[in-house]
Amino acid sequence: MPAPRVYQTEAIIINRINLGEADRVLTIYTPNLGKIRAVAKGVRRPQSKLGGHVELLTHSRLMLARGRNLDIITQAQTINNFLPLKEDLGRTASGLYVAELVNAFTAERAEDEELFHLLLDTLQHLSQSTNTDAVLRYFELRLLAQVGYRPELQHCGDCKAPLQPRENFFSPGHGGVLCHNCGYHEPLAHPLSLNALKVLRFWQNCDYAAAEKVKLDDQLATELETVLREYIRYLLERQLKSTAWLDRLKHLPDLPASDRNQQTPSMPGTAGTA
Amino acid sequence: MSASTPPTAEPIARLIEELNKLPGIGPKSAQRLTFYLLRAPAPQVEALAEAIKALKERLQLCSICLNITDTDPCTICRDQERDRTQICVVEEPIDILPLERTRKYRGLYHVLHGVIAPSEGIGPDELKVKELLSRLQSTQVTEVILATNPNLEGEATAMYLQRLIAPLGIKVTRLARGLPYGGDLEYADDVTLSRALEGRQEM
Repeated sequence: MPAPRVYQTEAIIINRINLGEADRVLTIYTPNLGKIRAVAKGVRRPQSKLGGHVELLTHSRLMLARGRNLDIITQAQTINNFLPLKEDLGRTASGLYVAELVNAFTAERAEDEELFHLLLDTLQHLSQSTNTDAVLRYFELRLLAQVGYRPELQHCGDCKAPLQPRENFFSPGHGGVLCHNCGYHEPLAHPLSLNALKVLRFWQNCDYAAAEKVKLDDQLATELETVLREYIRYLLERQLKSTAWLDRLKHLPDLPASDRNQQTPSMPGTAGTA
Repeated sequence: MSASTPPTAEPIARLIEELNKLPGIGPKSAQRLTFYLLRAPAPQVEALAEAIKALKERLQLCSICLNITDTDPCTICRDQERDRTQICVVEEPIDILPLERTRKYRGLYHVLHGVIAPSEGIGPDELKVKELLSRLQSTQVTEVILATNPNLEGEATAMYLQRLIAPLGIKVTRLARGLPYGGDLEYADDVTLSRALEGRQEM
């Protein structure tokens, strides 16, 4: 049976680049088709019918027509625009990081419905959670598992002995933790505290609700971020672009509380990641 | 391009290659334009070459608002009639044109030359943010109007600038977001509609 000329799908918009005068090429993540790229025509004009329905980090229902090269989006209706996420500087930065990660770890037209739901849940939690650090780290762990890079956290990646409850090492090259003896001689391994290992093990086997409840002090949050970021950089062989912006926002001072309401009512400037 | 160009006189090949780099000009259009210019009268070709050269040689950025100009300061910054207490911040020089067409705004501008785009690795350091802040410190500005585009990056840039400017005690406003004139309620997205509801006005 030939494929139908038009089809419908849910999608989350994870990237977009401008094309020509008013068009855009969108990268969208769908439940049944995986990642696809599609053209949204005239979307940059104010009167566009697609407009805000296909903005970055939006969950929409789309109608697409098969094109010669890229498919063309003909209709769009927002399901969830994650407005609380977009009205906060830190949450927006986190959302863009999540989208960039999904884009970097997936190939086009490789179906992965679980990953779609992970992405959807993550944006949902980023919109509401006060524990953005935990949401991001849990997402990274789950994403890595989903695309085949689940870190080994029970046994040493070199001598295979069960890990002892003490400081060990995380080695990106081994795809997991090394025991103290093996890791000590591994130049690229990063020391991993017992607390960090415990949190990683817990996250690897829990759901979002439980993951979010893990309270991280600054030191532990930084350690986990560093370890996972190093691992991701090793796998992708490059640094993600949106991490620079995430880091920068950490050093931005908060707005004085009195300024928030009177200045621009629709734009609360609360810090998400700070 | 050079690999696929059949052997031809060097100046012709060179022009084809240069024209081909322009947006919307493919190899065939580049060839057609090149051979048109070859047959065109010399003064016309020279006028075109001169116009292109002037673009780079005579234009510069205004030292105050960073708009593209052939005089420094630019005509807007020099105009004594304009309100010097308001600065409207835009992404690109081209954004000034529609704002000027409204004839509603009589203040000054500041061009950022881009927008914060984390996924492309563009942060505040790549934009003219520092220039804006030093300008605010030394002048009698009382209001900054953030006129970045109403999309994800534009909003993020506006929120970021608000965080930097509000502590200086300067009023920060954002262009209202609502329904486009000539548009259709049926096709409005939820963000636009909810903003339009929030900003509704008594009539």
